[in-house]
Amino acid sequence: MKEFLEGSHAVAEVVKLCKPGVVSAYPITPQTHIVEDLAQMVSDGTLKAEFVNVESEHSAASVVLGGEAAGVRSYTATSSQGLLYMAEVVFNIAGLRLPVVMTCANRAISAPINIWNDHQDSVSLRDTGWVQLFAENIQEAADFHLLAYRLGEDKSMMLPVMVCMDGFILTHGIETVDIPTQEQVDKFLPPYKALYKLDVENPISIGPLVDPEYYLETRYALQKTLEEALVLIPKLTAEFSKVFGRTYNGLVEGYRLEDAERAIVAMGSVCGTVKDVVDELRKKGKKVGLLKITSYRPFPIAAIYDALKNVPKVAVLDRAVSLGSFAPLASEVRAVFTGKKKAPKVISSFVVGLGGRDITKHSIKEIYSLLTAKELHGEYIDLKPELLTPEFKG
Amino acid sequence: MKDHLFAAGHTACSGCGQVMAARLVIDASGKNTVVVNNTGCLEVLSTKYPESAWEIPWLHSLFENAAAVASGVESGLKYLGKKEGTNIIAQGGDGSTADIGLQALSGMLERGHDILYVCYDNEAYMNTGVQRSGLTPFDTNTTTSPTGALAVGNLRPKKPMPEIAAAHGIPYVATASVGFPQDIQKKVKKAFSVKGPKYIQIHVPCPLGWRYEPQLSINIGKLAVECGLYPLIEYENGKLSGVKQIQPKPVEEYLKAQGRFKHLLSKPEEIKKIQEIADSNIQKYGLKLPAATG
Repeated sequence: MKEFLEGSHAVAEVVKLCKPGVVSAYPITPQTHIVEDLAQMVSDGTLKAEFVNVESEHSAASVVLGGEAAGVRSYTATSSQGLLYMAEVVFNIAGLRLPVVMTCANRAISAPINIWNDHQDSVSLRDTGWVQLFAENIQEAADFHLLAYRLGEDKSMMLPVMVCMDGFILTHGIETVDIPTQEQVDKFLPPYKALYKLDVENPISIGPLVDPEYYLETRYALQKTLEEALVLIPKLTAEFSKVFGRTYNGLVEGYRLEDAERAIVAMGSVCGTVKDVVDELRKKGKKVGLLKITSYRPFPIAAIYDALKNVPKVAVLDRAVSLGSFAPLASEVRAVFTGKKKAPKVISSFVVGLGGRDITKHSIKEIYSLLTAKELHGEYIDLKPELLTPEFKG
Repeated sequence: MKDHLFAAGHTACSGCGQVMAARLVIDASGKNTVVVNNTGCLEVLSTKYPESAWEIPWLHSLFENAAAVASGVESGLKYLGKKEGTNIIAQGGDGSTADIGLQALSGMLERGHDILYVCYDNEAYMNTGVQRSGLTPFDTNTTTSPTGALAVGNLRPKKPMPEIAAAHGIPYVATASVGFPQDIQKKVKKAFSVKGPKYIQIHVPCPLGWRYEPQLSINIGKLAVECGLYPLIEYENGKLSGVKQIQPKPVEEYLKAQGRFKHLLSKPEEIKKIQEIADSNIQKYGLKLPAATG
């Protein structure tokens, strides 16, 4: 049913339909509305789950780890410092192959403290073994949770999945959202049956000490499974489309790329703004397009290659930084084309929107105009040079 | 031997107090038990892949989060309707309990989960090579509180963990010692006779870290209790409810048996300070047996 909903409420409604048995979270802006809603549902009896109010994000992640190890579908959500605080548990959950689903309401990293949106939090945890899906709008954010449980719990996967949605822009924004029925969700998402669990009838030891004879293979197995996820995700989104009537590729989405001479690559809500600019510039006869990356992990190397191999000039937008090196998304897009005959002539890199700095249509137009034969590396857009002068006193 | 739920064949040092205690705990709890283990000696020595000493479902996640992971396991089993009849134990060493895991433990105690937390207290970070923890006794010579020209040893007394646990108002808190094996099992059974969070801290001598011959573990455990340095006490609902009374022996008898206190034997003023700690325990908990009459 279509409803006019805040992003957090939409996500909470869909998580409820997934019937998690253990929910645990710790308050942090801008994630909090999601778990407040879930707490209310548990309190009202409309969601039958154990809601565990913990003393930290480290424990929130540990509680859902324990819930999953007991064989129960579990859910948590966090942002920014919260994600960093749970970082070692995030790695641990993936290593234990527990299909936790977490929402990351993307927010900047301290210091300086800043509660607004960018992608530094989840991007900094890209190497944890989690699937990371970035949502463009509230509908995607809601739908990706259905996909997340179905994907992660697949017997060939057993992977945790992080649904990344831009803090405030999507968590607190309001849009018309199609919330599926319980029947639809049940059709797409069967009850969770763990491959291995803590069971007194069949005792096993989980999480042993693994020495150099065995460790390397555990990492190799995670890598291979994530590569296999690139095959499974489009299959699941096709099935998703049949049940829910909405079509996603799940890995990437090309927008007016067919004959594009210049394309932007981006993740998250900024893609909506880019699409508007593409439409405007197309009306003026400019051959521009967008490649939206939905699956940041696993990184869809082949899909990116296919989408961009004939585009002469590509601008990669990073809402994150790898301080002291190339911007993270840009360096990976460049790596896709290393040694390839067909490749963009120029792959320029732009850092945008850190700490909630608005990315306006003007910002996007500027990026297209800077996308010339001269390759740019980590060009900061909408920088205020006057703030960087010794004279600036605030 | 299959009769024990913690099997032989693990890689503990000979004379390890911690494995003796762990086996007593799990046997007392029984086969319908799920254990969540912090990182530490016990985890490392019992589950080197592909082997495991545990005959019950067992989970290790990280150094400091057993209390939180166990909270999730308990919640999951509750959701499945499988909590009734299942005992849940979260366990770790003194470092993972009193230092890095204290916050997670406090959260577990405060939220009222039906879990027994067991702290195996060998009074230092033994797994990493005898570094000082919050439960290392005053004046102890460890690798990070070494004796030197300017320092005697560990500068601070033990963190009062049993009192900290009891201050949460939980139904049951106890200390125990490998020197008194039956008492450990009695306390574990008592803990599981009540619902809610429980905390048991067991003194587990460590031949390697405390520097004594492995066959002395039980005797040294007994001496710690008998001199008043490791009082065996119980709290129920935040109130002191039981103590094991003793005919106090001088602390020197306990100290001189161990290399970690050897540097004190030439320093009577330091031994006096440690005797004062024991005397204060004896006074505080009423440990002293009444004098024999007639």
